[in-house]
Amino acid sequence: MGKTVPLTIDGKDVEAASGQTILEVAREQGIYIPTLCHYSRTTNVGACRVCVVEVEKAKSLVASCCMPVSPGMIIKTDSPRVKAARKLIVELLWASGDHNCLNCEQNGACELQNLIYWLEIEKPRFPIEHPGYDIEKTNTMIQRDLNKCILCGRCIRACNEIQVNEILDFSQRGSRAKVGPAFDTDYIDSDCYFCGECADACPVGAITFKQARFAGRPWEVKKVKTTCTYCGVGCQMDLNVHDNRIVKVTGNRAYEQPNEGSLCIKGRFGLDFISHPDRLTTPLIRKKKGGELVPATWDEAYGFISQRLFAIKKKTGPDSIAGLSSARCTNEENYLFQKFMRAVIGTNHVDHCARL
Amino acid sequence: MTNSIEEIEFTDVILATGTNTTENHPVISSRIKRAVRQRGAKLIVIDPREIDLVKYATLWLRQKPGTDVAVLNGMMNVIIEEGIYAKEYVENRTEGFEALKKVVEKYTPEYVEKISGVPVEDLKKAARLYAGAEKASLLYAMGMTQHITGTDNVKSCANLAMLCGKVGIEGGGVNPLRGQNNVQGACDMGALPNVFPAYQSVISDEARVKFEKAWGATLSAKPGKTVVEIAEAAHRGEIKAIYVMGENPLLSDPDITHVEAAFKHLDLLVVQDIFLTETARLADVVLPSACFAEKDGTFTNTERRVQRIRKAVPAPGQAKADWQIISDLSTKMGYPMSYASAEEIMKEIALVTPSYAGITYERIEKEGLQWPCPNTGHPGTRFLHKDRFSRGRGLFHAIEYIPPAELPDRDYPMILSTGRVLYHYHTGTMTRLAKGTMERCPESLVEIHPLDAERLGIQSGQIVKVTSRRGTLQAKAKVTTRSDAGMIFMNFHFHEAAVNLLTNPALDPIGKIPEYKVCAVRVEAA
Ligand code: SF4
Ligand code: SF4
Ligand code: SF4
Ligand code: FES
Repeated sequence: MGKTVPLTIDGKDVEAASGQTILEVAREQGIYIPTLCHYSRTTNVGACRVCVVEVEKAKSLVASCCMPVSPGMIIKTDSPRVKAARKLIVELLWASGDHNCLNCEQNGACELQNLIYWLEIEKPRFPIEHPGYDIEKTNTMIQRDLNKCILCGRCIRACNEIQVNEILDFSQRGSRAKVGPAFDTDYIDSDCYFCGECADACPVGAITFKQARFAGRPWEVKKVKTTCTYCGVGCQMDLNVHDNRIVKVTGNRAYEQPNEGSLCIKGRFGLDFISHPDRLTTPLIRKKKGGELVPATWDEAYGFISQRLFAIKKKTGPDSIAGLSSARCTNEENYLFQKFMRAVIGTNHVDHCARL
Repeated sequence: MTNSIEEIEFTDVILATGTNTTENHPVISSRIKRAVRQRGAKLIVIDPREIDLVKYATLWLRQKPGTDVAVLNGMMNVIIEEGIYAKEYVENRTEGFEALKKVVEKYTPEYVEKISGVPVEDLKKAARLYAGAEKASLLYAMGMTQHITGTDNVKSCANLAMLCGKVGIEGGGVNPLRGQNNVQGACDMGALPNVFPAYQSVISDEARVKFEKAWGATLSAKPGKTVVEIAEAAHRGEIKAIYVMGENPLLSDPDITHVEAAFKHLDLLVVQDIFLTETARLADVVLPSACFAEKDGTFTNTERRVQRIRKAVPAPGQAKADWQIISDLSTKMGYPMSYASAEEIMKEIALVTPSYAGITYERIEKEGLQWPCPNTGHPGTRFLHKDRFSRGRGLFHAIEYIPPAELPDRDYPMILSTGRVLYHYHTGTMTRLAKGTMERCPESLVEIHPLDAERLGIQSGQIVKVTSRRGTLQAKAKVTTRSDAGMIFMNFHFHEAAVNLLTNPALDPIGKIPEYKVCAVRVEAA
């Protein structure tokens, strides 16, 4: 910890840590400053400027997300000048794209929409210019509608600085600027790994999960925190549930370890199996060797198994019975399974298939 | 893992060997890539294939498949020869150094180059970089373990790390990355033939008495058989019944044909799963189970972190959680198990499993805890062996290089290595039903080097026939320099091109893991 920096923010004297930005200090103090391009754990680029504040003696308004504090700073986060600037910026953003919320997936969870409401903007003072891009629907996982893109660059930093997959970048600068994979290709034709980090990062409806399209509004969806069922990283994730169906999987950066909100394609887009029609829904028994597997009740199945197991145990002993547990089942289930094999059957022939 | 996932990002040198991290543990690979790109860490990759991590590496050692012990011994040879090992650490915290020194003496860089193909200078550089780092994390995965010398490979990794004083420190460690979500937990819970939960040996009278008391049953003192041994015993008719919960050994086992015959032999095969898998099709009874999103419980990740899963949707039809099925069946068989919830089972686990004693659902509601967690006031353990090893002193194992069980010859002139791809998981029963993953990777491909492809008249996309002593299959070729000349690579996610028809079931004598990374094959245009 370095030395502290005395400063005044909205009339309050505070001690900040040196190296902190104005935004960080404000948040610690419970002062709300809106942001769009700022995305924690990535570089602050100062692109959107909705986070501007007034610093006494500074010529112009400063972007609070990029500006480190210095001793004696007097900061105003809510002056008329700040308010006017924010409003102008947000109106420009609104007018620069096709922000028609009626059928947008982000409606209700959109940071731009929230900001417009918070700033009480009736309508932008500039004419709305539809950029006229085609909606990218060439893959089944991620849909891109760059008509809604506010060029905050969060997707680019998520891809390059968080996942370090190094797929996305700005393709041109200025008013023709556009985000996407190299050579302006669609995701499916690029080396994209479909981790979905960019979609989680996008504050608006420009990058969304295609399979969740029309599958439930943000406020209708229940998020259930769980652990990914695939590899040993054990990523924490939110299953987004609507009508008893998982409509999408999102990361949550507040969950911290082990994955800090990141996921890969398997955890993100690999869960269709859950609602697949081929799932087993009833016990099946093959009464005679060579016969067919036919549906049965649980009682019949338990009866059949216990009768056979008892008979085999009696005839050839407990060590003629073996159990294979699973590295995909829970701890509780593995515990019970080995307990069953050891205490009920009486054998140590129990293993799981993870050696394979 | 001895250490934590988070620490990988803040270490100085990362040695990744036998782990294709970007595909198999993608989120951990982001840590590695961030360490390199954003924090100036150095990455050493030791792998026969030009995996994606190579792009981020300072050094890439491309060894011949199965020569890992030689390479690691070679690194240690250089480190000892140049006197850059952690002398004080070796003195104070380890034993067996003299024996190790003696064995690695002959693994001079020149000798190792002959065995492994790794150039002398690269080996030296890697050795110096790893030994010279203040903090260095060694990562490995199936590329180390799926060999007949798997246990030797793992011990050699530990040798190297201890020699350089990299175990028991923040940012260091020997870190196996587990392939399946709950391998760690399955082992911790005693789903192993020789131990009860928390690795308490079944042959220890003390442990057995403890569990006999806890469970109110008489327990066997005879260690059981491993999965591959079980299949063999079934083939011989010694094992008459197998109860399989949530696995598809028919596709994951080496030498599928053999296992299928063995399973058909059984008097009773019970399979409990979410789908009618290849194995379930052979069963006498199939029990429908709930998947991870339809039940409560915990998984333990590769860094020993015990984390919750939560019921999000109802199970289809009459399917039930596996723990409920076992409880019901057990009760039916005269041993009542009456748990009202998964949480109740965890309470029992905590009572008999010292490393989980401090774990409760309440404590892991927000963030998981890493075992050992011996009591409910304990914060969990980020890295192991801080001041001492579990056995006191860290033991060096002097290990000689042994070549793979089956090497190329005139009839089968190429090496086949198997593994996973980013887009699929294990035998594919789940990922192959997903639109997205199938869109990105719809079929199995045979990775073959352009030189071999030209010699054999094979082009990308063309069907090729791959034959080993055990079987044959066909799949499309992908011509790429990722795999070296003389070697092909295939994944095992697709039953249409079931690569385990080809693989060699030769086992590591201790780990009992089959040699999936090396077998001899013949490739021809189909
Ligand atoms: S899905 Fe992942 S890899 Fe693809 S562009 Fe988005 S962040 Fe990058
Ligand atoms: S696509 Fe989304 S995240 Fe990317 S620049 Fe546009 S608005 Fe920002
Ligand atoms: S999301 Fe990907 S990296 Fe994370 S646990 Fe699942 S499979 Fe592993
Ligand atoms: S949030 Fe500060 S400039 Fe965008």
